[in-house]
Amino acid sequence: MSALLRFEGVTLRRGGRLLFENLGLLLGPGERLQVTGPNGSGKSSLIRLAAGLLRHEAGRIERAPLALADDAVALDRELPLRRALQFWNPGTDALETTGLDALAEVPVRLLSSGQLKRATLARVAASGAALWLLDEPLNALDADGAAGLSKLIADHLRGGGAVLAASHQPLPGAWPTLELGR
Amino acid sequence: MIARLIARDLRRGFTGGAWLPIAFFLLVAALMPFAIGPDAPVLARIGPGALWIAALTAALLPVERLIEPDRADGVLDQLFLHGAADESVAAATLVAHWLSFGPLLLIAAIPASALLAMDAPSLARTEVALAIGTPGLAALAVAIAAVTAGLPRAGSLAGLLLLPLAVPLLIFGAANAFLLEGAFSLLLTAGAPFVAGAAIRASRT
Repeated sequence: MSALLRFEGVTLRRGGRLLFENLGLLLGPGERLQVTGPNGSGKSSLIRLAAGLLRHEAGRIERAPLALADDAVALDRELPLRRALQFWNPGTDALETTGLDALAEVPVRLLSSGQLKRATLARVAASGAALWLLDEPLNALDADGAAGLSKLIADHLRGGGAVLAASHQPLPGAWPTLELGR
Repeated sequence: MIARLIARDLRRGFTGGAWLPIAFFLLVAALMPFAIGPDAPVLARIGPGALWIAALTAALLPVERLIEPDRADGVLDQLFLHGAADESVAAATLVAHWLSFGPLLLIAAIPASALLAMDAPSLARTEVALAIGTPGLAALAVAIAAVTAGLPRAGSLAGLLLLPLAVPLLIFGAANAFLLEGAFSLLLTAGAPFVAGAAIRASRT
């Protein structure tokens, strides 16, 4: 079994502040992990580090092809939702899995924050990447959206993918947790 | 991915942003006869230089919309995660920016030259100089947009950075020293993607 994400002795410092030190974690196919901790404990930084968007001070990180959903929408606001999503994943359509079918022709700038969150999750689902990195995936989602998210994640894990999610609130389902900031 | 990025920037440019610098360019050219007076020989003498000043100030206008919106919205991060090097993203931005700035400026220079009572040979020389210089101007705009992205008062800072760096283009272009102007424009065009790429990387902290 090959790891989709592996941290070995990773130390991260941002703005002179030590966020975590000598951190190890391993995510294989079908595995999930929730990063918890109070505000400012480095959850988002851990996600961005796993994505390769930040540089660590020490240690080793190996990662499979990945997709990231964070608070940044990264969709063309003037385009209808379907075309905006196709900028990232041409030829795919993840709208029906996230309950966004009815909004396919609505310009992105008119969507609510919960709908935008679903759209970023749809982008991740359409990416085909084995490793999903989700930063606060429940933010702005209603109960229906949260149920859709658990189904997306369950399908992804069944298909041999892995999910690393950072959230300060409990995620639906049974998640092993990694607590930061203790 | 890079081709889609260029196509997106061009669509955005021609459905909105690209026309503003051109309107500004024409407006500055139209102000000259008011400021200098309607004396045709004097206007014709200062015409090429006035067009260059107008082009430089017009090049400043789009700086804030070149990189910063994509940085703030996470598009640059997602492009990186989709395997596009930051330098390639900057090069794509440069290509799309020049395509929606250079050709329109060359066309706008024709009515602008009429406002300044320039004759045909003088217009032709200025067109050649602008054709050589606008890639360099576009490259400067992209590099400075990347360096100032996310900073407070980025627009004013960009003006202070761009105008001095464009002085060699202005000197060689207005003097019709095409080889020297071409050399400097080429240097800017070749260097800008690397400067902008490094600035985009450095902004991820």
